[in-house]
Amino acid sequence: MLEDLRQLASHALDLVVRQPQARELFELYRERAAADDLNAFLWVADEPEADEGPLAGVPVAVKDLFCVEGVPSMAGSRILEGYRPPYSSTAVRRLRRAGAPVLGKTNQDEFAMGSSNENSGFGPVQNPWDRSRVPGGSSGGSAAAVAAGLAPWAIGTDTGGSIRQPASLCGIVGMKPTYGAVSRYGMIAFASSLDQCGPLTRDVTDAALLLRHLVGRDPCDSTSLELPEEVRLPSAERLDGLRVGVWGLGEEGLAPEVAEVVRAALGLAEGLGASVEEVELPHAGHGIAAYYVIAPAEASANLARYDGVRYGPRRTDGDLLSLYEETRAEGFGAEVKRRIMLGTYALSSGYYEAYYGRAQRVRTKIADDFRAAFERVDVIMTPTSPTVAFELGERTQDPLAMYLSDYFTVPMPLAGIPAVSIPCGLAGGLPVGLQVAGPAFSENRILDTAYALEQAIGFEGVPVVDAGPSAGRLPRDAGPNAEGLPRDAGPDAPGR
Amino acid sequence: MEVREYEPVIGVEVHVQLSTRTKMFCGCALSFGDEPNTHTCPVCLGHPGTLPVTNAEAVHYALMIALALECEVAPRSIFHRKNYFYPDLPKGYQISQYDIPLARNGRLGDVRIHRVHLEEDAAKLVHAGASGRIHGAEASVVDFNRGGTPLVEIVTEPDLRSAHEAAEFGRLLQATLRSMGVSDVNMEEGSLRVDANVSIRPAGEANFGTKAELKNMNSFRFLERGIEAEIERQEATLHDGGEVEQDTLHFDPRSGSLTALRSKEYAHDYRYFPEPDLVPLAPTEEMLARARAALPELPAARAERLTREHDLPAETARLFAFRGELGDLYEAAAAAEGDGGADPKALANWVKNELAGREEWKLEPAALARLVGMVGERLVSQSAAKEVLAVMAERGGDPEAIVDERGLGSAGEDELATIVERAMAEQADAVEKVRAGNDKAIGAIVGAVMRETKGRADGGEVQRMVRERL
Repeated sequence: MLEDLRQLASHALDLVVRQPQARELFELYRERAAADDLNAFLWVADEPEADEGPLAGVPVAVKDLFCVEGVPSMAGSRILEGYRPPYSSTAVRRLRRAGAPVLGKTNQDEFAMGSSNENSGFGPVQNPWDRSRVPGGSSGGSAAAVAAGLAPWAIGTDTGGSIRQPASLCGIVGMKPTYGAVSRYGMIAFASSLDQCGPLTRDVTDAALLLRHLVGRDPCDSTSLELPEEVRLPSAERLDGLRVGVWGLGEEGLAPEVAEVVRAALGLAEGLGASVEEVELPHAGHGIAAYYVIAPAEASANLARYDGVRYGPRRTDGDLLSLYEETRAEGFGAEVKRRIMLGTYALSSGYYEAYYGRAQRVRTKIADDFRAAFERVDVIMTPTSPTVAFELGERTQDPLAMYLSDYFTVPMPLAGIPAVSIPCGLAGGLPVGLQVAGPAFSENRILDTAYALEQAIGFEGVPVVDAGPSAGRLPRDAGPNAEGLPRDAGPDAPGR
Repeated sequence: MEVREYEPVIGVEVHVQLSTRTKMFCGCALSFGDEPNTHTCPVCLGHPGTLPVTNAEAVHYALMIALALECEVAPRSIFHRKNYFYPDLPKGYQISQYDIPLARNGRLGDVRIHRVHLEEDAAKLVHAGASGRIHGAEASVVDFNRGGTPLVEIVTEPDLRSAHEAAEFGRLLQATLRSMGVSDVNMEEGSLRVDANVSIRPAGEANFGTKAELKNMNSFRFLERGIEAEIERQEATLHDGGEVEQDTLHFDPRSGSLTALRSKEYAHDYRYFPEPDLVPLAPTEEMLARARAALPELPAARAERLTREHDLPAETARLFAFRGELGDLYEAAAAAEGDGGADPKALANWVKNELAGREEWKLEPAALARLVGMVGERLVSQSAAKEVLAVMAERGGDPEAIVDERGLGSAGEDELATIVERAMAEQADAVEKVRAGNDKAIGAIVGAVMRETKGRADGGEVQRMVRERL
């Protein structure tokens, strides 16, 4: 049985359809996750806890910031070290109810603030394609775990690109749904008006399957809503008549080799019958600037509760002020502190209009840009990330360069619209992501589009998991086996 | 000092704890005086990942208040986060309303209402140590039971001109809210909190002076006293050529004095911004209609009606309107009494004089009406009727039965004549003195009759009968 599982375990849907013995399946992945040496997991479950349901016991890796009752949920931050919440997030409850147990908690940038996972309070995650490189962030642990076959699938959160960018850098599929589609209840907040839960999976069908069991109005989240139609498993083979708008290929910061792979994917879209034209999003280029005012502003309030009074580590030499100052000085990492300061400043009396007020107006303009663009096109495609996975440490001293990693992914959450990133090829042996965005509630449309392209692209590259940093990358045509099972990933693998 | 060269300008800010079943943004039950930290949940403890959900009943109560205060209700009001660090504030921000409150531009009596908004209460800090305040406390503990209780904040325009007016406004507001059943409005327990902004200006001046904010006055008496003291302090300051500084003054009910908190300590920048976890509050026509329909007759209107329709003195009408249970009893008794028995004014006097001192009573309005009718018909004397009423208040019952049971019926004319004549015979000295012009001596005769009849006779009637026989 286990032998069978290893043969097929690349796409979660296969597992769901074959309905393998849930217990054995869980054990298989539990062992893999426990043997993780990418630092992708912060905690691995002992027991599968889920109802019987349509997801057939296929375990799911969960980004650390999803609260799971009794399970460490620290949002990648030392300030929540040892914190075990008294309740579970709606997303996790829904997945458990649908039959998917929590496999483990995955590493992330602290409070989801980062694009490389280097801001984790528990050490960076390595990219399974090249261990000297970042997996992207902030959902880097989830992306690396899925890419390395340590988990069949995973959930993460996206605020400015935190699902799509790591999916792109790890060569998997990552989707950010329409704002409100998935309840935020129990998701440790970074920026409430932007945060959204979504799937990280090996293919588009898995993403649709997982998303279908995540979405829905939740009475515990006032901003949640019911999608107008059920999320369907995608089936489109052609893209005849689809009007594709392209944005961002002329941007200065875009690596030429990335642009080239994305262009090739756009060519495939045309081959499937789509028409491709450039669209203008005049204000989208200001997305990063607006984002880095709005998100830190909300974060500065969201993170005020970490004061050492009620939970988490408490440090003090006596009075109230030192309790606050020492707990927060020691508990938060440098990037979190930077954003708290940025946000506090942006909301300060006398500066509010100039920063927060203005950023909100830019946000409205960006949403208007998308609305106007979607009058002419059905979907918008962009590169997901301006570059492939970069070296660990390459951007840590240059916050602005790091922030620009999200150039193409930030406008969508600002507008609240859904977008999915799919791998569309390799550049220098590292995966390149193509982003497909659509208007609010167009989940089925962008999933269908992504699915048809996925078939045409035929991306089969998988990372070398156990080869150490020097072995590096795997060429696109050198997949170890057609099902894409990472070699040597399990403890029972040959050679162990 | 010269007389009144300055005019006080006062506005009040009132916080009202709503008596909803659950807290403002979570499902925890409201409580007062329960075991600490027994009404808490991840939401009101500010656990990571939790989200607020607005309490529909709190919105309903707040709309009732807004309509009772004749406000304009905003079509879409929004919640803001008010950011500051304090251990009684689990999220590090209070969810409140800021630039677009629930309602504006209302009126209660002669006082204009600036705004009405919804927010959540903080938790309760208890400080161990001599000061009872956080500074210098040996230890502080937090009870989160109160945290998240729905609050309505009502802010008036600076329309009040004396401490007395401010207290009277507070009483009217309290009575109004109580009549609506939206709050316990208990100042000592903190379900009604009144802060006052006080400034003075030269009489006739149009601009306002610098104001001081008075906090924590837990009764209307203290409110009045605190404002008086602050007005005097400001007058003295200006009189001595000084300037009033913008200050927050904390009233200490134990010493009855106001202490200035250092202004800098409270110079917060709250960094308000719209609460992204909540959608705007947009009351539907149906919600407004439901709130309107739930409003009772409010005290100001009731006092006016009782004066107009029942011809009651203003003071009595106000008492019945402010203490609705007295008004209800009075009105029910007045209605029960149909064919010409008790006079409404007499009824009102009985309620006011004999029942206003009680918290509760068991008597039926119709029984009260009959008793007052019996007094009018001289079937029972005033003093006997007081005794009967006391019995009725304690255990209910029928006035006629109680009169019979206790033998309290008025002495009849013949019986009384016999007793009067016997008393005059026994008190010959007194009769002589009265005849000799010492009118006061009649008291001894009347007293003897009253003793004999055990209060069943009317003193005035007895006196009349004695004089007839002199």
